[in-house]
Order: sequence, then C-alpha cells, then structure tokens
Amino acid sequence: MSEGALFGPRRMKSTLPQKLANLNWFVILLLVAIACVGFAMLYSVGGGRFDPWAKNQAIRFGVAIILMLGIALVDLRYILALAWPAYLCGLALLVAVEFIGVVGMGGQRWLDIGFMRIQPSEPMKIALVILLARYYHGLNQWQASRLYYLIVPICLTALPLLLIIRQPDLGTALMLAAGGIVVVFLAGASKWLFIGGGLAGLAAIPIGWGFLHDYQRQRILTFLSPESDPLGAGYQIMQSKIALGSGGVSGKGFLMGTQSHLNFLPEMKTDFIFTVLAEEFGLVGGLTILSLYMVVLFYALYVAMTCRNQFGRLLASGLAFTLFLYVFINIAMVMGMLPVVGVPLPMISYGGSAMLTMMVSFGLILSVSLNRKLVIPRGQ
Amino acid sequence: MTQQMSRYKTFTRRAALLAGAQGLLATALAGRLYYLGVIEADQYEMLAEDNRISIRLLAPRRGEIVDRYGEAIATNRQDYRVFLIPEQAHDIRETLVSLGQIIELNARDHQRIERQISRQRSFLPVTVAQGLSWEDFARLNVETPELPGIQPDSGLTRWYPDAATASQVVGYVGTASEDDLDGDPLLSIPGFKVGKSGLESTFDRQLRGRAGSRRVEVNAYGRTIRELARTEGLAGDDVTLTLDMGLQRAIAERVGEEAAGVVVMDVEAGDIYGYVSSPAYDPNVFNHGISRENWQALLQDPRKPLVDKCVSGQYPPGSTFKMVVALAALHHGIIGPKKTIYCNGRHRLGDNVWHCWRRGGHGAMDMEAALAQSCDVYFYQIALELGIERIASWAERFGLGEVFDLGVGGEAKGLVPTPGWKFATTGQRWVGGETLNVGIGQGALLATPLQLAVMTSRLANGGHMVVPRLVHAIGTVPFPQNPVWPKLDIDSGHLAIIRRGMEKVMEQRGTAYGSRLNIDGVTMAGKTGTSQVRRITQAHRDSNVQQADLPWKERHHALFVAYAPADKPRYAVSVLIEHGGGGSSAAAPVGRDVMAEVLKRDPANRPAIDLRLAHNRPAGGLGASNE
Repeated sequence: MSEGALFGPRRMKSTLPQKLANLNWFVILLLVAIACVGFAMLYSVGGGRFDPWAKNQAIRFGVAIILMLGIALVDLRYILALAWPAYLCGLALLVAVEFIGVVGMGGQRWLDIGFMRIQPSEPMKIALVILLARYYHGLNQWQASRLYYLIVPICLTALPLLLIIRQPDLGTALMLAAGGIVVVFLAGASKWLFIGGGLAGLAAIPIGWGFLHDYQRQRILTFLSPESDPLGAGYQIMQSKIALGSGGVSGKGFLMGTQSHLNFLPEMKTDFIFTVLAEEFGLVGGLTILSLYMVVLFYALYVAMTCRNQFGRLLASGLAFTLFLYVFINIAMVMGMLPVVGVPLPMISYGGSAMLTMMVSFGLILSVSLNRKLVIPRGQ
Repeated sequence: MTQQMSRYKTFTRRAALLAGAQGLLATALAGRLYYLGVIEADQYEMLAEDNRISIRLLAPRRGEIVDRYGEAIATNRQDYRVFLIPEQAHDIRETLVSLGQIIELNARDHQRIERQISRQRSFLPVTVAQGLSWEDFARLNVETPELPGIQPDSGLTRWYPDAATASQVVGYVGTASEDDLDGDPLLSIPGFKVGKSGLESTFDRQLRGRAGSRRVEVNAYGRTIRELARTEGLAGDDVTLTLDMGLQRAIAERVGEEAAGVVVMDVEAGDIYGYVSSPAYDPNVFNHGISRENWQALLQDPRKPLVDKCVSGQYPPGSTFKMVVALAALHHGIIGPKKTIYCNGRHRLGDNVWHCWRRGGHGAMDMEAALAQSCDVYFYQIALELGIERIASWAERFGLGEVFDLGVGGEAKGLVPTPGWKFATTGQRWVGGETLNVGIGQGALLATPLQLAVMTSRLANGGHMVVPRLVHAIGTVPFPQNPVWPKLDIDSGHLAIIRRGMEKVMEQRGTAYGSRLNIDGVTMAGKTGTSQVRRITQAHRDSNVQQADLPWKERHHALFVAYAPADKPRYAVSVLIEHGGGGSSAAAPVGRDVMAEVLKRDPANRPAIDLRLAHNRPAGGLGASNE
C-alpha cells in the first residue's frame, strides 16, 4: 500500500515554518495573558515582590510554553501511537507514589525525583483522555453504543481512579473520572447510560458518604454551612467570600487587597488566588479572567468540532472539558458554591503541575488543530 | 464513510450539548460573582473592615491622691522600661546577654522572660526590665539599633513619693485580677493597674478615669500594621485628703519602729490631719508585682506592717475609757463630783479581789483626782453602781463600736460588751466582776485608735457627735463639710468636771505630768491608758516584774488620748503603742510631741488647697502604652 493510499487524497505534508504559521497565535496570546495575570497576582501576594513566587512561576511558564509548542508540532499519529505507553507510564508512576511517595497536605501525592516533585495524577488525566480517544477512534458508531464495548473504558478509568482515591485525593479522582466519562459520552455511548448513571449516582450519595474520610465530610458539611464553624474549617470559605464581596465592582486596587495583604485569606497563592484577584480587581477583573478561560476553552471545542478524525475530536474535547473542570471547580469553590477540594486555578495558582497539565493539553489541542484535515483510518 | 459521518454527527450534537452546559456553568459563576460583589457587597465590605480594623484601648492617667495642701501622696511617674519583641530578635538568649551588659539582668529575670515568651504570641512585647534610670534608658536608646527586638519604652506608673508615710491610708495598686472585673473595658488592657487596698481601692472608679481608644489596622494574626485614628481618654479624678503630709512625716518619724497607731483629728470639723500606722510598708513595691520573699516578710513581721492599726487594730482602751464612765456616773447621779471614795489598793466583790494599778492605793479620791491619777478602785465602785447596760450605752454615744467609713477599708467595729452580747456569743450569763473590768476599760471592751480619737473629740467639743473624715474632695467636688453635729444630752457642768480631770492628768501628781505641754500658754489635756495583754497573776504582782523585762509580746499596750488647747479645744490626738509597756511612759510622750507638732502647724487655720486651681494642673498624659 502506497503512502498516498494510506493517508488519503487530502494529505498535506507541511514544513515546520508552515506549521508555525498555521498555529492559532491569538489563542496562544490569550494563554500568555492568563499566565501574566497569574504573575501579577503572585507579585501582589508576595507583598509587591517578584521574588520568589512570581519569578518562579514565570520561569515555569517559560519552560511550559516551549513544551506546548513542541507538542503542538508533533504529528497527531505519533500521539495516537504513544497512547498506550503514556497511559502505562502514568499508571506506573501512580503505583510508585503508593510506595515511595512524599506525604504532604493530608495525602501521599507527590513523587520526589530530585530536582522537582511531580504529582502523577496530573499527567494521568491527560493520558487517560488520549487512550480513551484512541480506543473510541477504533470503534464504529454501533460498537460505541454497545454496553459490551464499555468494559475496556471502565477498566482503563477505574485503575488510576482507585490508585488516586487511595492517596487520598478525592478531588483529582473525581476530575479524572469526569474526563473519562465525557470522552465516552462524546464518543457516542448510549444516552440512557448517562441518564441511568446520573440517577444511580444520586441514589449512591448516602452510601458514598460512609466511605468518605472525616476531613472530607467536614469539608462538605462546612460547604453546606460555613457560618456554623467560622474559626475552623468554615474560616477559609467565609474569609474568601468576604474578600470577593468586599472587592465590589471595580475592586480595591492592585496591591490594595486588605483580606489578602493582612493574611485573612487562606492558601492565597495557590487555591484561593482567584479571590485575591477578585478582591483587588473586583467583578470586572473576575469576569475578565473567566472570559479569557472560556474563550480558549471554546476555541478547543471549536478545534474538536472542525476536526476530521475521531481521535482528534475526542482528544481536544476531552482535554477542553478537563481544563474547564479545573477552572469551574476552583472558582466555584472559592465562591462557596462547592466544598473546598483543593483544585488549583491552572496557570494562575502558584505551582507547576496544573500549569503543565494546561499547557501540555493545549499543546495537544493545537496539534489537533494543525492536523484537523488529516484523516486517520480506524484500524491505525 | 457513512459511519464516519454518523459518528461525526453524534459527536457534534453531544459536543454542542457539552459546550452549552459549560456556558451555563460559566454563567452561574459570573452570576455568583455578581451576587457577592454587587448585591451583597455592602455586607462583605463591612465584614472586611471588621477584620481589618481593631479598636485598642488607651489607659487614661490615674487620678492623684493629694493632701490638704495639694502635696502628692500618690501620683504617676514616667517609668522607663524595655521590651523584647521575640519575633524580631534573631537569637533571644544572645540578645538578652548583650542587653545584660547595659542593664542588670539576673538569672531570675532570664527565667521570667523566657517563661513569658513561651506563653504568648511572638509579636507581643515581653517586659524585660522596668524602673530604669534615665542614664540606662538613654544608653539603651543608643544601643537599640544593634539589638534587634529590643524596644525601649516609657509610660506612666503609680508612684508614692513618700513611700511609707501614708501607705496604710492610700493603699496600693496592682494588676487587675478576676475579682476586679466590673465591666469597665479598661480592665481588659493587659497590665492595667487598679487599686488593691486603702483609698486606691475605695475610690478606684473615680481615680481610674475613662478609656481612650485608637483604631488600628491589624492583620489576621492580630498584629498592628498602622494606626488609623486616636481618641484620648479622660484622666481620673484627683482625690484630695484632709491629711497634712508634713504632720504625717513628723508623726512617722517620732513613732519610729514601734508598732503603733496615731490619729490626729479636728474636734470640730472631724478632719483627720494625721493618720499613722506603724510600721508601714512601701506601696511602690506592689506596682510591678511584689516578690514572694517580700510578701512573706511583710506577712510574718510580728509588728504586722500590713495591718492598719488605726482602724483595724482593736485594743482594750484601758484607762482612756474612764472619762466615759465618769460622765455616765455624773449624768445618772451615781456620784457627786466632790464625793470621795477611799482607795486602799483593792476592791472586793464576792470571793474575788480587784486591784488598783497602784499597790497600796491612792487614799481618798474625788472624781478629778481619780481621773488625774487613774484610780481603778474609784471606777470599780461607780461602774458597779452604773451597771453594764448604761456603760455600754454611753460608750456607744462616744463612738465606740461604730464604723465611720473613712474609705481606707478594713475598719473594725471594736466591741462594747453587754450581757446580751455575752449570752449570744458564749451562752453564759454576765457576771458582776466583768462590769468592774469594763469600768476601767478592760475585759471584753475593744476600741480602735480612731474610735478613741472620736471619743476624745466629742469630750473636747462639748458633746457634739463629730464624725471623722479623711476625704476632702473628689475631683472638684468637695465632700460635705462642717455639718451641724447632733449634740449629746450632757450637762455642760458635768463635762467641765471631766475636762478638768483630764487637765489634771498633765499636772503634778497626774499620770502624764512628765509629758505636760506648754507652748506660749497653750496647754493640753489628756488621759493615759495601759491595757493588759494577759491576765496579771498574783505571782506577777508579787514578783514586781518591770514591763521592760517582759518579752515584747507580753508587755501591756500603751495608750494616750489628748486634746489641745485645753481651754479652747481644736485638736484631738490618740496614740496607741502595741506592747509599749505603759501609757504614761510610752504613749504620753509620743502624744505630747505629736500635739506640739500639730499646734505648731495648726492645720485647721491654714488654707487648704484651692480645688479650682488644683485641677488646672496638666491633666493629659497617657497611661502605659499597652499593646
């Protein structure tokens, strides 16, 4: 079989400069803008100093954006081919964390590999989406809607899920599961499955309650009524709402947030950084950053919908949804709409894991966008 | 290819659904943001301000306590001290060692500082030393830049310039304890001092003043970031006393180390000019908390420096009570002034014999002579005929058994015994012999030096029921002065006889002849008293033991009361010397010297402080900068 027959009549072999020119630089600019908002907020949280937080974050972003561009230039077929190895690597890391992980923040989540710490649950989120996209890429419409073909995706999702729950890190586990479910949903599984599953999930809430750890229950109870425990676990939510509310429409001004600068806010530079932003820039600032996120995420969905191959479609939309979950859970959490689950705001919260997840995801999404006219046969 | 298309359609439909859901959720976030930041903004703004702003109280200047001429007895003084802020110090131990080269710090200071550091949050200052000299303070200020965490500071602390001279009257201050909490927010200031005894305690609310406040911005840990606004407090009222501090000092010096109580009183106005309880203590040591050793020493001193002998000490008045018995006898017609009773040194009642203080007796005694020579037998006889009820009633008319509420606290009632009292307390009946004892001021009868001064004043002023007072004014409001005292139902002729008897005490053959006083024709009238601490046995009587040979604890109490000028009385003095031996030998000379000083100073005729002027003194000043 000749090359031409394999890749079909629309095949185009782009050169590197062509690929670079075809990238959506506007979206990349928006990503840089989000990162810059993050630097500004870390500068504020650092008491008006670049060192150490804003500086470290900027260095990380520099590395991450190069990584993103590198991934964007990779041919989608290589990514398809790497799905299994990536998934197995992620799984191996999760198993490793079980035995030699670093304990911190109430769980065993990190692997210390000398120069940096990694949280294997983060790459796992991406790897699972890639593998499920690949799996469904190989199924036809009829197969995708059959229950029998659900066995493999369920096993693929359940394996890392259980490992992450053991750490324990319920928030990440739920996000991983949600990412998997969305790919299955988009791939065309029976809609009754989701309706039935939703109802069963509701029914399972009382049973699930029994499996939760005390601190997890406490978070949920505190979420339901933060005022009942203003000095304990409810303190974070109360102080966060006060900061958000007192910011008003236009905010207190850059570096002028009293709740943040007088240390009333918890976890300012990580989980609650959106609160710092909304206190200093008010409703306007909050809506602006929310819009930035929504624009880049809708761009990812646009890429998915215009893609010609199922693998790219599922990959881009699955990743976009995972990233959306990050943003939604974090912002909803600091506004008291969800329990405090410890999900960072990607790119803005201090820390590398979430930033890498976001940038690698966008690398993949951009790669899908470059290869959207590519037709990849099912059997590949 | 159709399958491919169908797959594509399903995906597009479902992806659109997902996008819609994401859009809805994002809108929900925006709505929530709008709700918090616009609709509920006012409430959260207020909560944020509550978080950020803290109101700190400022201690006002404590009112002064001054004598009748405005001399300060209790005042406030700039205190130089040094704090350590643990979180700012690199190495606390090292910092303290370097500090030790400038000011003195012993091992106990180190212990105390370290204990305190471990007990409180690290940005709160710990007092390292206080009461520093100006030189040390100045040196410290120079060295501070090299000692991180060390903070020199100055503030007001209570200061009693004349330390012990009026300690029993004024009392002392100390850190407010649980019991002192009365709802005044000032008391929540750490280290705030309140009156703990004496006038400092009685008039604490007036002296305390009203709290000022400052609004400060604080962070989540309560640390002050900056001051936003400041309202000064209102200084406490000054309390003006009737005392004459010059006289106080003279009395204290004259009494010396004796355990004694001396009260000098205006027989007309009731003003107390002198009030000395000895030995005294230094109230300044209570300021920063007294050490355990000092406190034990004060408690264990047999002369009991902490007991106010003028109002809390209760003693049998001895012969100083005889005037009251004599007056009662005249009033009830028991005996005429010129009628004599023969004293052979003993008085027999039933199977018992009561002795006169003079072995061998005085011979025939009329009333004036009996007072002058303090003949016991004469008084045994008239007391017996008067009966205990009438004696008790007259004792009470002269202030015995009464509390005058001077404000010094701890005023004792004394005891005027009656058959009813005895039955109620012991269940036994009164026996005639006890009446004899009370007749010479012994037995169960107890009085305080203050009550004896009142008794003497009422005898001297013609039977007016004067009431003593110690407080002249609070702030600019004078205490009621010169009320018309109710007059006792006494025949002035009878009173004249008693007073003549008291004058004769100071004349030849009188018990206090040696302590007579004559300054430019001004003389004094008085009465000595010696009260037994323990029962005198026959063996004692026979062995003829001298008081001076007995252990201090077993000697008699010495008493003396007097008024002057004898012809136109103005001042009354009562002197008690615990275990002094005898009234004539120990108390009367002190009484004479005190009275001489009183007459020389003549406080009743010198203008007291002008209250309007008094309050124009600078009133500002801030209390301790308590953080």
